[in-house]
Amino acid sequence: MDGLNNFIFSFFNLKVMAQYLPLVAQGLALTVVLALLIVVCGLALGLLLAVLRSFGIRPLNWLIIFTVDVFRALPPLVIIVLLFFGLPAAGMSVSGFAATWLSLTLVLMAFAEEIFWAGITAVPKGQWEAARSTGLTFLQTLRMVVLPQALRITIPPLTNRTIAITKGTALGSVVGVAEILGAAQSAMSFSANPSPLTLGAIAYLVLFVPVVALGRWIETRFAWKR
Amino acid sequence: MTSTAPIIDARGVWKRFGGLAVLKGVDLSVAERELVFVIGPSGSGKSTFLRCLNRLEEPDDGSIQVDGIELLSPKTDINAARRRIGMVFQSFNLYPHMTARQNVMLALRKVLGQNKDQAATVAARALDRVGLAERMDHYPAQLSGGQQQRVAIARAIALEPRVMLFDEPTSALDPELVGGVLNVMRELRQDGMTMVVVSHEMAFAKAAADRVVFMADGQKLEEGPPAQIFEAPQHERTRAFIRQIDRH
Repeated sequence: MDGLNNFIFSFFNLKVMAQYLPLVAQGLALTVVLALLIVVCGLALGLLLAVLRSFGIRPLNWLIIFTVDVFRALPPLVIIVLLFFGLPAAGMSVSGFAATWLSLTLVLMAFAEEIFWAGITAVPKGQWEAARSTGLTFLQTLRMVVLPQALRITIPPLTNRTIAITKGTALGSVVGVAEILGAAQSAMSFSANPSPLTLGAIAYLVLFVPVVALGRWIETRFAWKR
Repeated sequence: MTSTAPIIDARGVWKRFGGLAVLKGVDLSVAERELVFVIGPSGSGKSTFLRCLNRLEEPDDGSIQVDGIELLSPKTDINAARRRIGMVFQSFNLYPHMTARQNVMLALRKVLGQNKDQAATVAARALDRVGLAERMDHYPAQLSGGQQQRVAIARAIALEPRVMLFDEPTSALDPELVGGVLNVMRELRQDGMTMVVVSHEMAFAKAAADRVVFMADGQKLEEGPPAQIFEAPQHERTRAFIRQIDRH
């Protein structure tokens, strides 16, 4: 066998790929579920923290900033491993799925909070003053005047960060989650052939290329009407 | 003291930023339907004082009554009070994500509790009053500065305030756009709106103001009818300021 054939046999072995396609497809489905849970929970928590921070209650803000800095500083894999291998020692055990979900949710929450907060502070003070001068309350102003503008500003960095963190679902393979990479690795072990990894890479593209495109669409959709 | 109580009655208003006293016990009382012009060099505290009159700036001391409401009392619902006090800003501050009409409708719906149809009708009427009936569905970025400022005026008057505060309403405008805004203000005055205006539009002050207040260094130095302040100012600081202005 020459080099090219060897390469094709290893990475594009159609027979092996066909055999393990269902397994990787299941991994894809699991990744979709995991990613959705992370995106929804992470963004919601991040927005919640940013809104709480805008109240300007000092001790609360210190707590928020500390939490956010911790989860921005820690590598996601460290948090996953800590939760998965650490918690059982404390008498609580979490599944690999839960550990991965919670870790990436907290990381996304932290980054999203910073991005939302930057967006809120980027809205000119005059917007607050104009709204408050007509009798709108702080919360009404935040919700109807400031957040709509803040969210528009934050969409590009937010989509980037969300995609980057959501791809971290692959880290779940370390703690036995049969998401795309985990499933592909199992398949590779069973078949003694790396072609399932190619299948996994394709699955990631199938999942994330549309997400990237969606992000771009959202950016143009919410651009200012001029 | 006249027979009717003043609609704005501010007494001994103090405001400090850090160690710096920006307002040092300013008094001002404004009668209903009166147009009071506040002039003075920059840093005199005139804008800060105006912003105290709807508590966008929190005075450190003093008392302010607007339409019978104790503005600085902790028991006062400031959001309810602010409905009666319209404010127009130097930088317009329109909501960029809303059309002109939506800008006017927001407080009508959320503060006055009008339904969508009511608010749309009232907003259309207010925009018509400032001459922008044709531009209702434009976004702020699609309007000129003068048009934006007129939308901002419509946003304030739609709530039918008892008094209107203008914080340098024409300072950010190109000269050829100033006239349209001043015309709207003139019409408001003819309709009997009580107005306090911080501005450098001296010609407008001479023509339209009932009273001119001169402020410097956080104090009210002098006040009187425009003819007196502009032609025969009593205070040396006022004379110097008027000379400065006239040279331009």
